Amino acid sequence: MTKEPNDVTITRRISMTVNGERHEADVEPRTTLVDFLRGTLGLTGTHVGCEHGVCGACTVLWNGKAVRSCIMLAVQADGAELKTVEGLADGATLHPIQQAFLEKHGLQCGFCTPGFMLSIYELLGRTSAPTEEEILDTLGGHLCRCTGYQSIVEAAHLAVEKMRTR
Amino acid sequence: MKPPVFDYATPASLAEATDLLVRHAGDAKVLSGGQSLVPLLNMRLARPALLVDLARIADLDGVRADADGVAIGAMTRQRTVELSSEVRARHPLLHAGLQLIAHPQNRNQGTVGGSLAHADPAAELPALALALDATFDAVGPGGTRRIAAADFFLTYLTTALEAAEILTAVRFPMLPARTGWSIQEVARRHGDFALAGVVAIVGLAPAGAIASARLVLFGVGATPIRAAAAEALLVGGPADAASFGRAGARAAGDLEEPLTDVHASADYRRDLARVLVGRALAEAATRARGA
Repeated sequence: MTKEPNDVTITRRISMTVNGERHEADVEPRTTLVDFLRGTLGLTGTHVGCEHGVCGACTVLWNGKAVRSCIMLAVQADGAELKTVEGLADGATLHPIQQAFLEKHGLQCGFCTPGFMLSIYELLGRTSAPTEEEILDTLGGHLCRCTGYQSIVEAAHLAVEKMRTR
Repeated sequence: MKPPVFDYATPASLAEATDLLVRHAGDAKVLSGGQSLVPLLNMRLARPALLVDLARIADLDGVRADADGVAIGAMTRQRTVELSSEVRARHPLLHAGLQLIAHPQNRNQGTVGGSLAHADPAAELPALALALDATFDAVGPGGTRRIAAADFFLTYLTTALEAAEILTAVRFPMLPARTGWSIQEVARRHGDFALAGVVAIVGLAPAGAIASARLVLFGVGATPIRAAAAEALLVGGPADAASFGRAGARAAGDLEEPLTDVHASADYRRDLARVLVGRALAEAATRARGA
């Protein structure tokens, strides 16, 4: 590949907390958050799908809110508190949302799953009794090519139950 | 799908931000929520030398509703306004329009000011701004100014903002008394940009005739489009299906040339606009009767 005229390395020092652990690194401003999480921090549970904010595979929690990490720059997350799928389970004990996906067959290939789970995590942090409409609106921000969605909707409902009785 | 090299600045004040934009004239781009800009960077359709991120500037974030309207700081996340119980109760049209923007995961990061300044002609917020006569506050090297929505959207992705001007706040007036509203759109998939959409605001006289009408179409031209001739057809006439049908035909017929792309032809978009105008007027009139 030919080098572009402006192809000089510009970096910024950033720090952020991911799943409770503090990280500091030099990054190029053009590094997307998902590439930083996967490439620099080695947290490959967050997946890269469409890279333009449509498919939801890269969804992470940014200061508690579900966002697309493929259309957020790592430098924009400087100082932020992040949660990725690696931060859901407690050691070998699955998070209730993960357990619900397992029990309801809410995944097949698993590519989209981390994103779905983090969006549900945000929803259930906001309300313990989401309406059907709220659940569908949340899941609507994600694409899955395997399950036909019904089992994911069922997993979300089961997750609501599990979180309530936890 | 990776962005080209660019430099990145996080000014702490608007003065510092406008100064950066002046010094990098034509080569700098303002970054707010990034829900449109970062995809454009990923696809290398945008190649700025410098991104000026407004996120560290204080006082650009907040939503306040009073009797006159809803004032929103430019960096306020769309989701924050959508989830505001005050906005939901006092400005149901704005609330409904926000829910049509992409997905909750985009609205968590996307800002109100970013969407307006980006000015995608298929976006909901510009259409709502035009329909409601919103006003925009901008700051630039020459000071501050207020811009009316009717003067703000110039053409595709282009607004009245100068290169070194920054949108700081927008004010959406409340709906007038005895009016009803509707926002209708059709998209290929839930959360996609609208192929065509309509915002309608209808006021009824005590006897039931149409006293006022506001129609704004989006996704069918280079900017959101006010269908003034169709509005004039409606006023004074009965609020019935025949009137709404005539207004839809007129609004669609007046469209210069809707976009043809992989999603829909110009003819399809024009016909969709005709149908949606009729639906939106019917819904708005029903709401006006209950208002």
